[in-house]
Amino acid sequence: MNRQTQKRLLGVAALAITAVIWQIIAEYVVGRSFILPSVTDVAGAFVNLLGSGTLLADTVVSLEHFGIGLIAALLLGVPIGILMGWFRVADYLLDPIIEILRPIPPLAWIPFAIIWFGLTTQAAGFVIFAGAFFPILTATYSAFRDVPKVFVEAGKVLGCDTSLELIRYVALPAAIPGIVSGIRIAMGVGWMCLVAAEMFGVSSYGLGYQLWHNYYLHQMPNVVVYMLILGFVGLFIDRIFRNYVDKQLLRWRAGEVA
Amino acid sequence: MSGVSIRNLGKAFPKEDGTVTQALENVNLEIGDTEFICLVGPSGCGKTTLLRIIAGLETATTGSVTVEGRAVTGPDPKRGMVFQEYSLFPWRRVVDNVAFGLEMKGVGKEERRKTADRYIEMVGLSQFRDAYPYELSGGMRQRVAIARALANDPDVLLMDEPFGALDAQTRNRMQKELLSLWEQTKKTIVFVTHSVDEAVYLSDRIVVLSHRPGSVREIVEIPWSRPRDRTSAGFAEVRRRVLRMIDETENPQ
Ligand SMILES: Nc1ncnc2c1ncn2[C@@H]1O[C@H](COP(=O)(O)OP(=O)(O)O)[C@@H](O)[C@H]1O
Ligand SMILES: [Mg+2]
Repeated sequence: MNRQTQKRLLGVAALAITAVIWQIIAEYVVGRSFILPSVTDVAGAFVNLLGSGTLLADTVVSLEHFGIGLIAALLLGVPIGILMGWFRVADYLLDPIIEILRPIPPLAWIPFAIIWFGLTTQAAGFVIFAGAFFPILTATYSAFRDVPKVFVEAGKVLGCDTSLELIRYVALPAAIPGIVSGIRIAMGVGWMCLVAAEMFGVSSYGLGYQLWHNYYLHQMPNVVVYMLILGFVGLFIDRIFRNYVDKQLLRWRAGEVA
Repeated sequence: MSGVSIRNLGKAFPKEDGTVTQALENVNLEIGDTEFICLVGPSGCGKTTLLRIIAGLETATTGSVTVEGRAVTGPDPKRGMVFQEYSLFPWRRVVDNVAFGLEMKGVGKEERRKTADRYIEMVGLSQFRDAYPYELSGGMRQRVAIARALANDPDVLLMDEPFGALDAQTRNRMQKELLSLWEQTKKTIVFVTHSVDEAVYLSDRIVVLSHRPGSVREIVEIPWSRPRDRTSAGFAEVRRRVLRMIDETENPQ
């Protein structure tokens, strides 16, 4: 038996054992589905929800909120990070502002998200943006600061005469690995903000919204179903991103310890 | 035509405490067209600094450098540079590394790749044209770096201990190849090395710099034809003489 199959088998076994213990505790120790739904309760809830047909719509709406926030964070975080990482004056100017805003927890922006955007998709997107922006900004900034000097000088000697050319042809490609790991962290943080971002019901769909809604209805097995879906979709997004990055963006790093 | 003229050159680096490190002082040197010059001297005497000033990556505090009669004011593709550390862009394949300078000049993809291929062939790496730098050994990377500098068709090629990190065997082979490239392309080459053996093997003239602040202490002409025989008595004699000079500048008396 090779290591890979061993790893798979043990993983499946651990999951199965956890499910059995969970079932036993839920059914015989706790005994109330409201406090701890059992595996079979959850499975049943899942089948019901599948039948009711909103799961797909919920996922799509959540991905929309997530996408708005993440894209906004990319559109602002990467350019500002580049400016601060490349131009000293921009760094000195923006750094104090960033330092003050960064420690504010993303969820603390919820009141203003609602006041500024109303109960809209954008409001939910804004909360996710507040979580995703800073990891992208700081990763871009430090990736630019860490571009080896010899690459920049080689670029100059080979004919890049403007900052724009040096950024485009030398610094940005050199910084991509750092920026990409910042994006990955940002996606994680953004996804974590999703439940809170949908808590105040900007639409009547969304995984986070349904989670709260079912909690108010005391449908705890449904709550667990939404928790698990949130986990799986988050994992899935991360896998797809990592796969894309390794296969397309960072082929030149193959063979290095990533 | 592509001579380099260095006049009364001085360079001082400011230090934290307000004083300065005088790296170079009053350097005067005339380098002829298509000449192969080696700069040697004790470590820290300013060899890299001098090369970087010629490249335009560093500005002189006093004096001037002119190439082809024009003062050096900043980096220019007319002065190619091969760095001591590995400087290939790791995100570009060999061919696109070599074509980089042409791309900056606005040469179209087809044409610049064709030119790049010619230089890649010149350094004997045709079967690695599509490889990424991480797939190459140290010697191969420096060959690509040389091809990349040459593809810009510079007047002057500046090389800062390019073979310093290579093992002795690879190093000897690279020296032979460099000489053959020099004979084919007829560039003016300024080559920094800490290996006197390398300097005697390669250059028309060896410029010995004095201990910091560096200035030209002595110039040793080597009139022999190439390839040179490292084991000959004359070779050993010149090597000994240059070594003694470096030694004396390092420990006066
Ligand atoms: N960017 C710099 N800032 C301050 N001091 C420097 C800088 N570059 C070189 N120096 C100093 O100038 C002197 C000459 O350095 P360098 O040209 O690298 O010598 P070499 O290449 O001959 O070993 C050294 O004392 C070094 O510390
Ligand atoms: Mg040096």
